[in-house]
Amino acid sequence: MRAYLPEYELKPAASLTEALTLLSDEPGVWKPFAGGTDLMVLFEAGKLLHKKFVNIWNLPELRGIEVTPEFVTLGALTTYTDVQANEVLQQEFPMLCQAASETGGLAIQNRGTLGGNIANASPAGDSPPALLVYDAELELVSTQGSRFVPYNGFHTGYKQMRMREDELIKSIHLPRVSKPLLHYYRKVGTRKAQAISKICFAAVTQVDASEIKEIRIALGSVAPTVIRCSRTEDVLRNRKVNAETISAARLELAREISPIDDIRSTARYRLRVAQNVLEDFLTSLN
Amino acid sequence: MQTIGRPVPRKEGRDKVTGQARYVDDLIFPEMLYGATVRSAVARGRIKKISFEGNIPWDEFTIVTAKDIPGENCVALILLDQPYLADEFINHPEEPILLLAHPDKHLLEEARRNVQLEIEPLPAIFTLEDSLNRKEIIWGEDNLFKSYKVEKGNVDEVWQSADFIIEGEYETGAQEQLYIENNGVIAIASPEDGVTVWGSMQCPYYVHKALLKLFGLPEDKIRVVQVETGGGFGGKEEYPSMIAGHAALLSWKSGRPVKIVYDRAEDMASTTKRHPSWTKHRTAVSRDGKLLGMEIDFVIDGGAYATLSAVVLSRGTIHAAGPYSCPNVRIKSRAVATNAPPHGEERFAESNKTSRQKKGMGFASFMHGAGFTGSGEKYLESVVGAEATADGRVRILAASTEIGQGTNTIFAQIAAEALRLDYDSIEVAKPDTGAVPNSGPTVASRTCMIVGKLVESAVLGLKQTLSGSGLLKENYTQEDFRQACRSYIEQHGALKSYSKYKAPPGINWDDEKYEGDAYGAYAWAVYVAEVTIDTVTYEARVDDFVAVQEVGKVIHPILAAGQIEGGVAQAIGYTLFENVVWKDGRMINNQMTNYIIPTAADIPPIRVFFEENPYAYGPAGAKGIGELPMDGAAPAILNAIENATGASINHIPLMPESLIEALGGESG
Repeated sequence: MRAYLPEYELKPAASLTEALTLLSDEPGVWKPFAGGTDLMVLFEAGKLLHKKFVNIWNLPELRGIEVTPEFVTLGALTTYTDVQANEVLQQEFPMLCQAASETGGLAIQNRGTLGGNIANASPAGDSPPALLVYDAELELVSTQGSRFVPYNGFHTGYKQMRMREDELIKSIHLPRVSKPLLHYYRKVGTRKAQAISKICFAAVTQVDASEIKEIRIALGSVAPTVIRCSRTEDVLRNRKVNAETISAARLELAREISPIDDIRSTARYRLRVAQNVLEDFLTSLN
Repeated sequence: MQTIGRPVPRKEGRDKVTGQARYVDDLIFPEMLYGATVRSAVARGRIKKISFEGNIPWDEFTIVTAKDIPGENCVALILLDQPYLADEFINHPEEPILLLAHPDKHLLEEARRNVQLEIEPLPAIFTLEDSLNRKEIIWGEDNLFKSYKVEKGNVDEVWQSADFIIEGEYETGAQEQLYIENNGVIAIASPEDGVTVWGSMQCPYYVHKALLKLFGLPEDKIRVVQVETGGGFGGKEEYPSMIAGHAALLSWKSGRPVKIVYDRAEDMASTTKRHPSWTKHRTAVSRDGKLLGMEIDFVIDGGAYATLSAVVLSRGTIHAAGPYSCPNVRIKSRAVATNAPPHGEERFAESNKTSRQKKGMGFASFMHGAGFTGSGEKYLESVVGAEATADGRVRILAASTEIGQGTNTIFAQIAAEALRLDYDSIEVAKPDTGAVPNSGPTVASRTCMIVGKLVESAVLGLKQTLSGSGLLKENYTQEDFRQACRSYIEQHGALKSYSKYKAPPGINWDDEKYEGDAYGAYAWAVYVAEVTIDTVTYEARVDDFVAVQEVGKVIHPILAAGQIEGGVAQAIGYTLFENVVWKDGRMINNQMTNYIIPTAADIPPIRVFFEENPYAYGPAGAKGIGELPMDGAAPAILNAIENATGASINHIPLMPESLIEALGGESG
């Protein structure tokens, strides 16, 4: 362990109110610590720059999966294991379950949370592309009350998001309109388990008389944030799937994403494989 | 009762599965300090200034620099070029410069961050081409650690008459051994009592030799003890000499026991890896399929210091032409210097290669020599001892280490079989240079064939002593043996027998001409791989793998199959997954998140078959096995990929990012 332990503070919060009060009394001083699956890796490597954390892991207000006729509401502390075990999610949001099953190993799936995955704001997260195409909304809370923001557009740049320092993600709302859609999810990570994605692709669509009606596409690891590819969606909407459509969609996707060379892969590979996966998805519709 | 060829329980298996086995990091000594290494951030340069910054109680720390070394500042191995601590010049990133020790290991890390090094950078070289072209001279007069030349027949005359000439250049990458247990040692050292080191290692006597020079002490003042070791794969052959020396220097200065255990990031960035290589083959073939001649140029990147590059190069040179009969051969080989951390031995490998889902099949036929190359075994003069106790138990005394591969178990099997005793009545002593003779390093697929044979001879020596004293008749029982041992020890004292290596008759090697029998025996194998290429993602998956080999008599079928399965899995990683990403001589993906090794889900069923052709000079007919499986998987897989896609690939690791280029960016 390379971190100097005495420099760190992890304060337990007895209630959501107590956690939020701490965040608002000293803005920017305290940061939330949930499952710790990202923070502990940085800590171990001596690269965790922030030193003061409030432990929110035990807050019941941020737990649980609630189902109403219109929405499934996932508490921010919902773990990947919780996601996989939920029947409504299995039936209506299968890509979220698949993403959860492909994230880390069992220990990570037991500790890692959806709220943490969003707040960590990595462009390589496995769940965010699925949340984007499922039109998720986030409920943010602070001592001043709560507000809802669409997940699409929540991330504004690398590790940047539309959330104040005194706010916590309380829950994630998924509108229950996905069941009739076709779902396609593909994580490319070179090995079959325990991989960080090189490309992560999620899409839902509705095809009527071989014409694409509704379509939503999102990609991870190809830009500073996970992104909804709305321009590529526009190219595909109300089109029949044929060689010409596929070619146009590939071209538009290349304009819409901005992959880079990094320690895990190359820009060239990411671009080409993102296009290939898009084509694989479109071909699967016929 | 026969024990050879039966899957007897591992000697240390119970301790390992019940958690009783104690590894270095489990050991705590009273008053122990923790040690840390301050390393260079630059590849090549000159140390201008070292300063101790921050809010750190520096007076509580033991600080060691090159000036504190009591003997010679070099890691004694083949050459004496590598310092324990850089004194003035830096030759690779992560080179050790200064050592720190403190009772609080957390504060130790904080202190390590607060040592400021001012280093004037010097131009560095990182590629084989730059080293061969002498863009900078960074080692000796010509950057050349070692070169060999092998000549047979007359290669220059075959090109004219050849029906076909096949040429190719082949590249292999570095590979991290990634043993589960990182490098670690504990040392107690003082001018009065000498130096004792407990550590995770393959070769206790290498460490012993290195510490002699570092401290300038007599042999009996240095003691090296191997503790339970969580894997080696060649990565704990020479590096433990470095970390052991560091812990011992800190203990020497502080007067307290010092433990150094690397974390994964330090272990991956700083310790040895498999040598990257480049090979050019030119082969003349006749229309009827005969090999007429081969010309081979083989170069390996040794990193900044010589370490064991000469040994690795020698093995590579001799294996370069593969298992084929060819009348005219020329092999030229070179090990060169670059400003990367030194590359060490790793379980040897030789890549001599030859819808959306594309399938293919490929095979490779190859051999691997067992034991040290050339005259190596003759120079090593390995010795094994055996000792009988008054209650009829037999202890094997050898410095060969159990590193997960089964040394303890096969030694006990060999001894039990030779003496016709129960497997349980044989013990294998812990490798401790204070108590066991030097049976040589645990490397080069030599432990079973070479050292195992010495075990067999040593225990037979016990039997001969007892028979010669008239205490043991021809057909004896376990009880007769016990009685004989008791009587002998009562009458004569300790009953011990030692056996020293002698080359088998007819095995001769010429070091000058590089001619003769490089090895006493070879293992032979044919491996077959079936692959699927996903043309959407350019990922190659191995679907099925068959490994057929002839390794002489199989001593322990489960351990032997495990060696093959593990070796093939490691080789699949080498071929398709494991990409060391270098930046200015430093590995930058030195974490398991980004250095991708295959998981169980990525490894196909590995079907292992043995042909047994007993070797007269191996114990019960056994030959070597450890490194063999590394050699065949890469060429079999690349041939399967060529079969699937038509693309001929000449480099590994073959990552999807480079397969995309080989397939011309063709999409699915």
